[in-house]
Amino acid sequence: MAAPMSGVGEASAERSSFNATSFQKKTRSRLISIPGTRPSVQNGQLLVSTGVTSLDYLLGGGLAVGTVLLIEEDRYDSYSRMILKYFLAEGVVCRHELFVAAAQDNPDDILQELPAPILDDVAIHKPVEQPRLSCEPQDSMDAMKIAWRYQNLPKVQSALASSSRFGHYYDVSKTMEPEIRQAAKCHRFYLPEHPTQSSPTHSTMLESYSALLKSLQDVIHREGFDVAAPMTKSRNILRIGLHSLGSALWGDDLCCHDNPNNVHALTSFLYGLRALLRSSLSVAVVTVPSHLIQDRALMGSITRLCDNAIALESFKGSERETNPLYKDYHGLLHVRQVPHLNCLASKLPDHKDLAFKLKRKQFSIERLHLPPDLSETVSRVSRGELAGAATMASGCSFGTSGNKHLDF
Amino acid sequence: MFAELSSILNASPDSFTQGEFILVSDRQSDASFLIHHFLSFYLRARCRVWFLGLVQSFNHYSAVSQRLGVSLAQAKEKGQLVFLEGLKESLSVLIPQDTNTGSKAMDFLRDPAVGLKSLYEFVRSGVSSSGSRAEGAEEWGPPVLLVDDLSVLLSLGVSVGAVLDFSHYCRATVCSELQGNVVMLARCDGEEEEGDGDDEGSETLLKGLTHQCSLTLHVQGLPTGFCRDIHGQVEVCWRRRQGDGQSTQKKLFQYKVHDKGASFFAPGTSSAVL
Repeated sequence: MAAPMSGVGEASAERSSFNATSFQKKTRSRLISIPGTRPSVQNGQLLVSTGVTSLDYLLGGGLAVGTVLLIEEDRYDSYSRMILKYFLAEGVVCRHELFVAAAQDNPDDILQELPAPILDDVAIHKPVEQPRLSCEPQDSMDAMKIAWRYQNLPKVQSALASSSRFGHYYDVSKTMEPEIRQAAKCHRFYLPEHPTQSSPTHSTMLESYSALLKSLQDVIHREGFDVAAPMTKSRNILRIGLHSLGSALWGDDLCCHDNPNNVHALTSFLYGLRALLRSSLSVAVVTVPSHLIQDRALMGSITRLCDNAIALESFKGSERETNPLYKDYHGLLHVRQVPHLNCLASKLPDHKDLAFKLKRKQFSIERLHLPPDLSETVSRVSRGELAGAATMASGCSFGTSGNKHLDF
Repeated sequence: MFAELSSILNASPDSFTQGEFILVSDRQSDASFLIHHFLSFYLRARCRVWFLGLVQSFNHYSAVSQRLGVSLAQAKEKGQLVFLEGLKESLSVLIPQDTNTGSKAMDFLRDPAVGLKSLYEFVRSGVSSSGSRAEGAEEWGPPVLLVDDLSVLLSLGVSVGAVLDFSHYCRATVCSELQGNVVMLARCDGEEEEGDGDDEGSETLLKGLTHQCSLTLHVQGLPTGFCRDIHGQVEVCWRRRQGDGQSTQKKLFQYKVHDKGASFFAPGTSSAVL
């Protein structure tokens, strides 16, 4: 948010000093153009993709630069971790810089598991390349083209070239090739490797959090992600992924006690994180194991200190997993909060019944539909089977009467 | 400034009640759009405005106000608006630096147990110095203090008592002494009338502030659930001291926030259902 708008704001302030009207022509050219970003259609904020196209749509086009996306983890942290990896992978493909912080796994391990991008342009170009060589001379002098729209597109794109497209598709069954991954600049913060010095000045913040905040600020200053920094080199986006904040491994006791000692540690950290992000070209995804936090009011204040908030509720291990109603999905997705940033009205989602599923290669979020009841007979048969199975499971005694299926 | 809300509150930039303490609160909803209303309202009314923006950056308020037709940058230049950007000030405290450049106002972050005395000092010194302005400077109306929002202070470790003290001191200084207005936003997440009082912090704060204020605007989601065309309902409650006792008057409206304003209507009369 702060990023593009502040530029515009300063410019307008400058202009308004000699031109006393607040009216200004809406121009796109004023915005900074960075690969992998686009201005929002609603309020002109700079957006980046989360990597999951359906999630982008849900969040109103993407994540606004300068905001935090809070993901409430599902019970086994499998799907929230996947979204985090999507977010980082999108950063690698768009050549954004990454900052990964974790206390549980080494950030390198998270980076190694990034899903492989499906760069369809590359996939198509490679086989075509050979035949084209033979007909190249003819091609060059032949003025008639069938697809003139594609004339200006680069003919060959190597796999390493960063793609400026907004949002990509990924194949979660494969991991990203190491050479693509290493091309991206990545800052790591692994808590066990980080010496924490005690700082007596803070009573509310934990040392782990203040060390993380300090290291984030260092990166932002050093690499020039500050909005206020002079525009010497081309600007880039810093993608920050913070894994499982608030868990016991960060030294936090939010999850362990009903009345934790450090109630305000995480909220103070998020306040500082917001302060950092608002003044820099960066965007963060934070996952929090919310199902471990007993205090709902605390979770509410954590949510309010982030901009976007979604919660994942996976069916894994719950009885919904076997429920035929939910057989197409792997869990439910709740939108807890939509951002109000630089605008009065936020874009509310069209509907609130959302579910996610992990297909063989892709994670996607869909509107929750009950499976269609195509014909009466089909549903009746399946219901009968279900009832039969239920009685079989519950009571093994032969004395159950009234069930036709088991009546010999 | 939302014209419909102004007419509901029976106020206009030319004439409004002075010495009022207005509480804007919400429960599992978002009332921050009302803060933008009051900010642009008082700037249009040519009041001198002190704004404690604790949860958003100046750019955010400035961008929204631009859409509502008020330029914050200009107001700041003219000296009409004094803006404390809490986020920016907090960084120097949260991340210790060798040179301490931040203002004293956010000192409570260093040790929340001390309370909000430094923040109050910031308000008081500014508000009371406004009387003695230099010759030739523009004439401004009564001082107005806006706070967005108080409940974030609880998240930063300040106790409820300290926040209530702060609001009481502000009310005494701005409303009673200088006949100005105070608008504060408090947010609350818990369910109403929770049995065990799980959410002691923000709930107590809301009750305490409701006791202090003279006008409340309480924003809630619709009891019937999510709706695209009606964003929620706002309960306006006046508490007037008339002669022997207090009289309270309540009105309920539903609202919808637009790109450049908000519309308020009686329950059930949304244009989407009529």
